Amino acid sequence: MAKVEIVAERCKSCGYCIKFCPKQVLATGSKVNSKGYEYVVPVNPDACIGCAVCARMCPDGAIDVYK
Amino acid sequence: MEKIYTRTKTIQEDKVSGFCPGCMHSTVIKLIGEALEEMNLVEKAACVLGIGCCGLHMDYIAYDNTTAPHGRACAVATGMKRSNPDTLVFTYQGDGDFASIGLGESISAANRGENITVIFINNGIYGMTGGQMAPTTLIGMKASTAPKGRIAGEHGYPMHMCEILNQLTAPAYLVRTSCNTPANVNKTKAAIKKAFQNQLDGKGFSMVEIVTSCPTNWGLDPLASLDFIEQKMLPEFPLGVIRDR
Repeated sequence: MAKVEIVAERCKSCGYCIKFCPKQVLATGSKVNSKGYEYVVPVNPDACIGCAVCARMCPDGAIDVYK
Repeated sequence: MEKIYTRTKTIQEDKVSGFCPGCMHSTVIKLIGEALEEMNLVEKAACVLGIGCCGLHMDYIAYDNTTAPHGRACAVATGMKRSNPDTLVFTYQGDGDFASIGLGESISAANRGENITVIFINNGIYGMTGGQMAPTTLIGMKASTAPKGRIAGEHGYPMHMCEILNQLTAPAYLVRTSCNTPANVNKTKAAIKKAFQNQLDGKGFSMVEIVTSCPTNWGLDPLASLDFIEQKMLPEFPLGVIRDR
């Protein structure tokens, strides 16, 4: 069991996490945060293996990973 | 389930950085923070920030820092380290700060073998001031002061700071890394930790040059800027350890 949580207010929607996730867990969402960025959401959360590659690539530390 | 990754505590909890989407300044300051935490050095650390986008970190990091006059970070760090030898002193400078206006201070500090660590961010352009040409701008790369692209006969060639400092006798550790892939992010963090350890061991001047992106001034979206690093920046600035002793 593993999961990712996105801190929506820190996300700037650069897409690095989406590009490097090996399991295509993440995608850009349709809602925007207070800065106007369409923050990333886990669209395929059950596929998460907790490798934390997304969180390491995230410049803004917007991703928490649980395993 | 246990939390296995969260943002380092060395970045203020309530702050969101002012950097553009995809900017790797945020990645690098995160890696520095993780290295400090893992090496238990947060209380001992003193960061000297350069001028430019790197100066934005002053509102954002949660350990001691100061901002040097433009380009003089290595000189300020020299004074701090000599007067407080037990403090872990490192500079955080961009290419405009380290390789252009501060070139004299940078090379002099390296030549003296000052026991400091330099984190040098090379994104090939001036970020904060509006995309002007930097010493590290690639041939043909457009900048606001080189609208037709950098021309060698007019503007000279990109400067390779690791290789230039490698001509000196004193530096202990010179390495060039990037943050464009997960593997390179991990290597960058390892290089930062090694550079800090060198200072603790009294080995002298260490520099980690990190090839990063500036999506805004490159005129690319963040993902395209990753490709630009891979295809254009890295052939000009090859990664690897240039010196380790």
